[in-house]
Amino acid sequence: MRHLPRTPAGIAGTLLVALMVILAIAGPLIWGAEAERIDSAAILQGTSAAHPLGTDNLGRDILARVLVAGRLSLALAMIATLIGATAGVILGALPSVLPRRAARLVTGTVNALVAFPGLLLAMFTAVIAGLGARGAVLGIGAAVAPGFARLTQTLAASVAGADYVAVARMLGVSRWRVMTRHVLPNIAEPLILHLTQALGGALLALAGMSFLGLGVQPPSFDWGRLLFDGFARIYATPAVALGPAAAIALAGIGFNLLGDVLARAASRRATPAGAAAGRAVPEAGELGEPDPDAVLEVRDLTVTFPGGVTPVRGLSLTIAPGEIVGLVGESGSGKSLTASAIGGLVPYPGEVSAGRLRLCGADVRELPEAECRRLLGTSLAMVFQDPMAALNPALKVGGQLAEVATVHQGASRADAFARAVDRLEHVRIPEPATRARQHPHELSGGMRQRAVIAMGLMGAPRLIIADEPTTALDVTVQREILRLLREVTDETGAATLFISHDIAVIGELCHRVVVMYAGRVVEELPVEELASGAAHPYTRALVASLPDMETDRSLPLASIPGRQPSPAEVPDGCAFADRCELASAKCAELPPLIPYRAGHRVACWEAK
Amino acid sequence: MAESLRPSAAGPSAEGGRAGRALGRALGRVRSGFVLRRAVRFVVSLGVLLVASFAMMHLIPGDPVRASLGPAAPAELVTARRAALGLDEPILSQLLSYVSNVFRGDFGTSFLSGEPVREIIASRLPNTLGLALLATVVALLVAVPLGMWAAIRTENGRNRGTEVTFTSATGAAIAVPEFLYSIALVTVFAIGLRWFPPAGKAGPVSYVLPILSLAISPTAMIARICRVETLRELGMDYVRLARAKRLPAARLYFRHVLPNTLTATLTVGGMLLAALIAGSVLVEYVFAWPGLGLRVVESITQKDYPVAQGVILVYGAIVLVVNLLVDLLLGVLDPTSKLKET
Ligand code: SF4
Repeated sequence: MRHLPRTPAGIAGTLLVALMVILAIAGPLIWGAEAERIDSAAILQGTSAAHPLGTDNLGRDILARVLVAGRLSLALAMIATLIGATAGVILGALPSVLPRRAARLVTGTVNALVAFPGLLLAMFTAVIAGLGARGAVLGIGAAVAPGFARLTQTLAASVAGADYVAVARMLGVSRWRVMTRHVLPNIAEPLILHLTQALGGALLALAGMSFLGLGVQPPSFDWGRLLFDGFARIYATPAVALGPAAAIALAGIGFNLLGDVLARAASRRATPAGAAAGRAVPEAGELGEPDPDAVLEVRDLTVTFPGGVTPVRGLSLTIAPGEIVGLVGESGSGKSLTASAIGGLVPYPGEVSAGRLRLCGADVRELPEAECRRLLGTSLAMVFQDPMAALNPALKVGGQLAEVATVHQGASRADAFARAVDRLEHVRIPEPATRARQHPHELSGGMRQRAVIAMGLMGAPRLIIADEPTTALDVTVQREILRLLREVTDETGAATLFISHDIAVIGELCHRVVVMYAGRVVEELPVEELASGAAHPYTRALVASLPDMETDRSLPLASIPGRQPSPAEVPDGCAFADRCELASAKCAELPPLIPYRAGHRVACWEAK
Repeated sequence: MAESLRPSAAGPSAEGGRAGRALGRALGRVRSGFVLRRAVRFVVSLGVLLVASFAMMHLIPGDPVRASLGPAAPAELVTARRAALGLDEPILSQLLSYVSNVFRGDFGTSFLSGEPVREIIASRLPNTLGLALLATVVALLVAVPLGMWAAIRTENGRNRGTEVTFTSATGAAIAVPEFLYSIALVTVFAIGLRWFPPAGKAGPVSYVLPILSLAISPTAMIARICRVETLRELGMDYVRLARAKRLPAARLYFRHVLPNTLTATLTVGGMLLAALIAGSVLVEYVFAWPGLGLRVVESITQKDYPVAQGVILVYGAIVLVVNLLVDLLLGVLDPTSKLKET
């Protein structure tokens, strides 16, 4: 709540609501007499110096009446909201304490009522209770209730699953007590939040009822009633409608802005802010001549975000055709961002810089826009972790594949679709023609991932970047997808950059392994050496944490204590030093990535 | 992978398959019980509405006929009216005859003018519906592009200025009720500038101001939802993949993003339509629009109970029908919708 008035909207909302409250309290005290003073010499006047907003049919000053009417408007809205909130919370809490069937009935009623406009309910009660504030307040209270009931229900359901509620249930605490002691206090805040918004809504609805002549009746008056009177004279003296209209509009805007800001503050509280001092990343290094054969050549790739957050720091990587390179690291090591940077998909406001970024022999940053699009669109295939999220749920599978061909290769729709079916068959999706006409949700998880891979095969991929492609799948499907990836690389001669946190999968699939830690490559080695020849303490710890590699299973699992520094707080020296058993004073300096053996490089002072 | 083992469901021939598939899908949904559950809910709600509408007349404290005719009316007239309305019969048979009358289209006659309520409804309902539908269409046509544009401009926290302007402007627009818009529009464009007629229904120009008054708040609300939805979709992997495919921007936004934002947008649009029908009461009142809303206000003020009862019943039924249609439409549009579980 402390952060409220920082935004202009927050300030405006708070001020307006405060103004309304002050007006409601002080208005009648200050202008009460003026508002009731009848002046037969000045009836039905327009704007004048004495009466800025004119006078009514008894010569009373309209400005004073507007200022006085705030109290009744606000008070009635508050009563209606309280009636509605009380009824709604009870109604919403009932299903948790009632037997199943009765609970279903209550829920059903609430669901049906939520969609019912308040004004209709208010007119209904107005007929029964007769014209006047009472009918309107009751009706609007009734209209407010279902919203509260629905909210209470959803919130209570979300809390009901929490551990402490389960514990209370186990201890035999009665259901009603669980509700009042454990559930309601935990959902109070969103309910109070909703109260602000409901209050604004009730105020407007009441104003509407009074404006129709169905709410507050003379001699009482609220803003709506004043507007009713003013509206009758709008042709002659439009100014008389201005005061009450402005008051209603300002009240509506005030409550709405405040409600908005409160809601946003509440949702923001859940996510802690974290930013650290910026620090330049050193490292330049010799560039040398570009490698003409490499599919991908990256030198000194750095990704920075504002606030000195640098998740990828001077990464270099070369991939030859047909090679499967595994990029392994914990989450937060920068491996996925590396993939995004290569594909040109780093989200704003991230910034990518590199000494060299060549794909298929061309520097992507020097190519003209259109050519770059075509190159990345057809030569680079990307496979993401969650195939459901990677396929557009609204479009048919075949169409999504086909558009690569229609957009980049100028194929006709029919040809593109035929190719899509062919590619689906290629990744061994049964009945590809039928599947192509289905939506993604009609396919199984494994089939979806196959479809994504098939999408990459629509062009002539030279490089496949697979970012955790099997993590979301179950084990048997995982293996099939891995096999498929290997086959695809064999057949097409494309290279694959396979990104995973799972060193076992990497060891199984890849030819070469690149280990990332805190945004840097710490070791790069042929897969054959992974099991026993790793030189970096981090790689060794990773390997040791696996039971099914060639490790001695009689030893206890070697987990790695401590945690990886976040991208904002990477130290100047070796980032692994905190967790490293071999760390010495030397490690306060950054170890360079240097050749260790043939095809094996490592960044550690202790590796000799 | 179990699905792939299932025997081929007789592959539909390329042409003529579309209708067959749509039918199959609809049937599938009937089987899944979604349509049935919605139908049951609709019928139950309608029943509740009928009982409530019937009860309304009986919940009026004292004698509605006496209240309507005033204390000066002769006792014979009151008795005759009561008998004509069947108010002295047992309550249950009254309810039954009320319901059967309603289904035969007999809503009673006005206490004041003696007109059959059915005729009042028949002559005025089209005016109300026309206004509400046009306003919804206008709101959707303006709001969806506006929301998408705002989302694309403010993606990943770019263009803070646009975001602040957009949220405050829509916030303010939502907060101001439609009757204030109509009063403002009447004052400026009808009374001040004389561009449009201030009241009544006479030709296409007379629609402009009422539709504008009704559409402003929903437009702001839908635009907001549409922006939030679009922003969410833009962060999804399929958009990253589509971007990785280097699709042209128009294709990316209209083919890939838009269909996924439509569900939420239409849900809100549908809910707003129900609210809009009620809001039209106020707008009709300001513009003296010959719709149901104006008439119901008059009838409540004048204690013309049969008219009030009939018109409120019609309003309630419209809301129920709109909600049902929105639900069904969503069920067809969004096959994965969570809605179906409720
Ligand atoms: S450089 Fe030092 S701290 Fe870093 S891994 Fe090697 S031994 Fe450990």
